[in-house]
Amino acid sequence: MIDSNMFQLVCFYAFAAVTVVAALGVITLRNSVHAVLSLVLTFFSTACIWLLAEAEFLAIALIVVYVGAVMVLFLFVVMMLDIKQEQVREGFIKYLPVGIVVALVMLGEMLALIGVRTMHEATMGVNPATAAGMSNTAWLGTALYTQFLLPFEIAALILTVGVVAAVVLTLRHRGGVRHQQASQQVRVNARDRVRVVKMAAEVPAAPQPAPGKETTP
Amino acid sequence: MVDQLINQLGLPIIYILCIVLPLVITVALYVWWERKVLGWMHVRMGPNKVGPFGLLQAFADVTKLLLKEVILPTSANKVLYYLAPLIALVPALAAWAVIPFNDKLVLANVNAGLLYLLAMTSLGVYGIILAGWASNSRYALLGAMRSAAQVISYELAMGLCLVCVLVLAGSLNLTDIVHAQAGSKGIFDWFMWPLLPVFIIYFISGVAETNRAPFDVAEGESEIVAGFHVEYSGSAFALFFLAEYANMILVSFLAAILFCGGWLSIFPASWGFIGQPSILWLFVKVFIFAFFFLWFRASFPRYRYDQIMRLGWKVFIPIAIAWVLVAGCMKYFGWVTVGTGG
Repeated sequence: MIDSNMFQLVCFYAFAAVTVVAALGVITLRNSVHAVLSLVLTFFSTACIWLLAEAEFLAIALIVVYVGAVMVLFLFVVMMLDIKQEQVREGFIKYLPVGIVVALVMLGEMLALIGVRTMHEATMGVNPATAAGMSNTAWLGTALYTQFLLPFEIAALILTVGVVAAVVLTLRHRGGVRHQQASQQVRVNARDRVRVVKMAAEVPAAPQPAPGKETTP
Repeated sequence: MVDQLINQLGLPIIYILCIVLPLVITVALYVWWERKVLGWMHVRMGPNKVGPFGLLQAFADVTKLLLKEVILPTSANKVLYYLAPLIALVPALAAWAVIPFNDKLVLANVNAGLLYLLAMTSLGVYGIILAGWASNSRYALLGAMRSAAQVISYELAMGLCLVCVLVLAGSLNLTDIVHAQAGSKGIFDWFMWPLLPVFIIYFISGVAETNRAPFDVAEGESEIVAGFHVEYSGSAFALFFLAEYANMILVSFLAAILFCGGWLSIFPASWGFIGQPSILWLFVKVFIFAFFFLWFRASFPRYRYDQIMRLGWKVFIPIAIAWVLVAGCMKYFGWVTVGTGG
C-alpha cells in the first residue's frame, strides 16, 4: 500500500525542489524572458506547496494575482526591453558584495522567523479552519471580515492610495490632445452627418451615342 | 497496491477521458456549426460536401492539419515555440475538472471551484504571449501584446462578476451555486434576474477573454495577418484552435451554471416531468450561449483597440463594482431568496 502521509511528503519535496531550481533559474538564466518564466514556475510550485499545507485560498490567490496578472505584465515589459546580454553580466562582480550582504541578512531574518514559529508550535494548536469545520476559504473570509476588519480595511485603503499615487505620478497633461467622446459618438444620427441634397439631373451637352454601340463603363 | 492504483490512478484517468474526448468532438462539431451558421447568416450554404450536411468537414480539416509539417521560423525560440500551444491548451482543459454536469456528475467537487476556474482561465494568456514572442515575428508580437492587455483588463471585470455570484450563493463550490438557484418558481429563481447587468457583463467579458469577434484584435486578420499564431502551422496551429474553442464552450458552461441554474429546469418543479432537473437542460442552455458567440461574430464589426480598453475599464468594471455592493445588500437585507427548493 502507498501510505498517504508518505506520498504527501514525497510531493512536498518534489514541489520544493522545483521551487528552488526555478528560483535559481530566475537569477542565473541569461535570457530575461526565460528568467521571468522561471519566476512564474517558482510561484506556481509555491502555490502547490501551499495547497499541500491546506491553504487553498492563498494558493489559488497567488496564481490568480501573481501568475495570472502581475507576471503577465512583467512579461509584457520584459519582451519590450532591448537588453544586451553582455551588459547584464558586467555588473555581476561589482554588485556581488552588496548581494551577499543582503542575502545574509535575509537568511538571518528567515532563521529568526523559523525559530519564533517553532516556539509558537506548542501554543498554535490545530488548524482553526478544520477545528471550526469550515473550508479554508470560508474561515479566512469570516476571520478577515469580523475579527480583523479594521486592519483589512486599512490595508485596502493603503493599496488604493498606492494606485492613485501611481496614476498621478505618471499622468502628464499634454496640450493639443483631442479626446473622443464615446457617448457623443454613440448618440450621433445619420441626419447630423450626411445631408441629402435634391438637385436636377445634369443633362450632358453631347448627343447620346447611337444605340447598339458599345459604351465604356 | 493494485486496488489503490486502479482506484486512485486508473479510474480518474478514465473519468478525465470521459470529459476530454467528448469535448474534443464537441469542438469539431462546434466548428462545423459555426461555419454553417455564418454561412446561413451570409446567405450561403456553408460546408456541405464532406459527409451528410457537411458534418465530416471539421474532421477532414483536422486530419489535414495533423498531416501537415510544423514549420519552425528562423531564429525562433525553439523550446518556447513548441511549448506555447501546449501552455494554451492545458489550462483550457484543466478548467473542466470542476465543471459539474449534474448533481453527482463532476470530476472534482472542490470547495474553491470558482477560484480554481479564475486561476485556470487567467493562465491561458501565457500560451498566447509566448507564442507571439517565440515565433520571432512582428505581427505575432503585436498580436500577443494586444491579447495580453485585453485579457488582463477583462479578467478584472469577470472576477468582479463572479464575486457577485458567490456573494448571493454564499459558496465557491459550483454544485452549491447551482443548488442555490433551485426554487419553486423555476426560471425566476435563477441568478440572472437579480444580477442581470453583471450577467451581461460576464458574458461579454467571456467573449473578450476568448479573443473572439468583436474583440478579436489579437488576430485581426486585416491588420496583423493572424496575430499571435501567424507563424504556426499543422498540429501546433490545431492546438491553438482547440484551446480557443474549448474556452468558448467553457465560458458557455459557466454562464449556464453561474447565472442560469445549470441543470435546473426553466419550469417550476411542480409541473411534473418537464419541471425536473436534467443534464439536458444544461446542454440546451450551453447550446444557446455557444450560439451567441457565432451570432456576435456574424453581426458585429471588430472593436478598435482603444474602444476595447475603454469598454473594459471605464464601463464594465465600475458597473461590476457597483453591483457587488448591490448584491451584498440583496443578501444582507434578504431581497432575494436563495436555494428555497434545494
